[in-house]
Amino acid sequence: MKFVKLMAVAVCATMLMVGFAHAGKDLDAVKKKGYIQAGVNGGVFGFGMPDEKGVWKGLDVDTARAVAAAIFGDADKVKYTPLTAQQRFTALQSGEIDLLTRNATRTLSRETQLGLNFVQVNYYDGQGFMVPKNLGVKSAKELDGATVCVLPGTTTEQNAADFFRTNNMKMNPVVIESTSELAKTFFAGRCDVITSDASQLAGTRAIAPKPSDYEILPELISKEPLAPAVRHGDDQFFDIVNFTVLALINAEELGITSKNVDEMLKSKNPVIQRFLGVTEGNGKALGLDEKWAYNVIKQVGNYGEVFERNVGVNTKLGLERGLNALWTDGGLMYAPPFK
Amino acid sequence: MSDNLPPSTEAPMPSKPPFWRDEEKRAIVFQVVALLVVGLVSYYLYSNTQANLERQSIATGFGFLDKEASFEIGESIIEYSAADTYLRALAVGALNTLKVSLIGVVLTIILGTLIGIARLSSNWLISRLSALYIEVMQNIPVLLQLFFWYAIFYEAFPPPRQALNPIDGVFLCNRGMIFGVPEAHAAHPVMGWVFLVVLIAGYFLNRWGHKRQDLTGQSFPALRITAAAAILLPGLVWLLYGAPTAMDIPALRGFNFQGGVTVSPEFSALLLGLVIYTSAFVAEIVRAGIQSVGKGQIEAAMAIGLRPGKVLQLVVLPQALRVIIPPLTSQMLNLTKNSSLAIAIGYADFVAVTNTMINQTGQAIEGVALIMLVFLFFSLSTSLFMNWYNKKMKLVER
Repeated sequence: MKFVKLMAVAVCATMLMVGFAHAGKDLDAVKKKGYIQAGVNGGVFGFGMPDEKGVWKGLDVDTARAVAAAIFGDADKVKYTPLTAQQRFTALQSGEIDLLTRNATRTLSRETQLGLNFVQVNYYDGQGFMVPKNLGVKSAKELDGATVCVLPGTTTEQNAADFFRTNNMKMNPVVIESTSELAKTFFAGRCDVITSDASQLAGTRAIAPKPSDYEILPELISKEPLAPAVRHGDDQFFDIVNFTVLALINAEELGITSKNVDEMLKSKNPVIQRFLGVTEGNGKALGLDEKWAYNVIKQVGNYGEVFERNVGVNTKLGLERGLNALWTDGGLMYAPPFK
Repeated sequence: MSDNLPPSTEAPMPSKPPFWRDEEKRAIVFQVVALLVVGLVSYYLYSNTQANLERQSIATGFGFLDKEASFEIGESIIEYSAADTYLRALAVGALNTLKVSLIGVVLTIILGTLIGIARLSSNWLISRLSALYIEVMQNIPVLLQLFFWYAIFYEAFPPPRQALNPIDGVFLCNRGMIFGVPEAHAAHPVMGWVFLVVLIAGYFLNRWGHKRQDLTGQSFPALRITAAAAILLPGLVWLLYGAPTAMDIPALRGFNFQGGVTVSPEFSALLLGLVIYTSAFVAEIVRAGIQSVGKGQIEAAMAIGLRPGKVLQLVVLPQALRVIIPPLTSQMLNLTKNSSLAIAIGYADFVAVTNTMINQTGQAIEGVALIMLVFLFFSLSTSLFMNWYNKKMKLVER
């Protein structure tokens, strides 16, 4: 008798689950869990690293928080998995994480061969070199025969090899898996130069024993559009993540910040009304609450706020907006219309 | 079987039991079922993986091996550049693993034996010190030891421009140990061949000497003669070629030393860490082996007038080795497998190179399969050799 009851419950539960299963599988799984499992860096200051109190901070972390705000209306519904460069794509493929925001460069081979889709770029970067000032090197072209510290499993390793080959120079790589161990090795002088994305070099310099002893060389040897990524197979989830990143940019274009977003709700501008869900439509189209963009901006801020808070000129990284400025200011950040 | 049973009044017993009561047939059925289950599970796993990879459009197959690797490797025994194929990059990694394992195993056996014998010394200080060494080194995780030695190498030594120069032609800095080697000369290969010929001749001389001793009782100093010839004859060749002394001395040019031979800090730290860790285990194995030989054996050997060296060589070691070899084999395998921790301190072993390859191609399953295959090959080769040696050392019953 007990068994029959149990069976009945199980059958009902299955039917209920089938009934709800109208959205894509990844979005469903996320909604059912009640939080997003985000793969982040864990060791790069300004992008993804816990602060002294253990609270995750960074541009990539804020991107994940924005997605949580869009889906759940609560930016804190994120759990973080720190990943090495080597683990990150496998973690996404295997379903260990739902969303990868770990300064990953969007490339053709990754998009086609790894079974994942990159969304809107959240940081335009380029690979650079950092040297100790006392080495007296002023250009990357003077690095013939240098010992180069580099992380394994990144496009960086390949770019560096390509750069030295094209310029007919020799390099001795020292390849160490952990970001912090690699930085220690470089500061101790095992290598003449460390190469990575310029933003990461700034992060490495920020944790140096004496940051002013190090200099980032002017050459950027590659294009590194860093973008969050999701698995193949759930287009709705892809759309949500993509438009969440774009919403950050769009808000900055429209002049909406976390401070003035409540006043903006009363704006007469139809573009702003549509964006913040005062005029309904966008939320339904994405399968989200109509207030999704409002929640994102209210809790996380627009792209400019996120940038300045984590990596901007007033932080330890001190990065200029550069390519990451709005298109209206000569940068590359550009959002399609939200209608 | 049925003959022994009392005659039954009910249905007559069948002459043969049904197959589910027949133990032999039942065993066959079970085995077939088990085989089917294993087959089905493997097929399920394989097809599932294939389907999933296809669904997520992840590339499969080993076709990538002849594509350009386009990444540099820090140290290599064979010629390698970023323009070579993945296959060659993997070969570089495998050879690096082989290099550190082979040198590591030899040094471990030497150091372990010395400490194992010291542990049994009647000198209180020596035996306590080696006991301390064993206890400390055995109980610290090998990864920590690797980090420790690596940090010593890059923190304690100066940058190349202030390199230490303890002996002429040898430099110590945080880029490694760099020393001069004789410049390539026509005499060197000839000297090598002569050396090899002397060794082979020495082997036969030794056999002949033993035979003669068995027949006549007179001993023949074959080892000493071989050793002398192995030094003198190549030396003679060197003199005949006009005693070339030109050296390839390393010199500081640009960022690093050019010329000579460099032993990198990564290699040194890995080798040191593995040898020191594993030799603690080997020392215990050697001690156990020696202690397994009865005291009476040694006393008997001394009673018939053998010198202490001969007692060790003729009585103790042959018996101790039978106890030592099997656990020693597993320690050698451990050392080889632990060498894959190299990635933590930047030595380009097989695992490190394969990891980079996996990340560039995204083909994790193939990469991990290759890692397993290569380590299986190394381990099985070691096992085969040690089993052969074990058989050779077995007690010959007379």
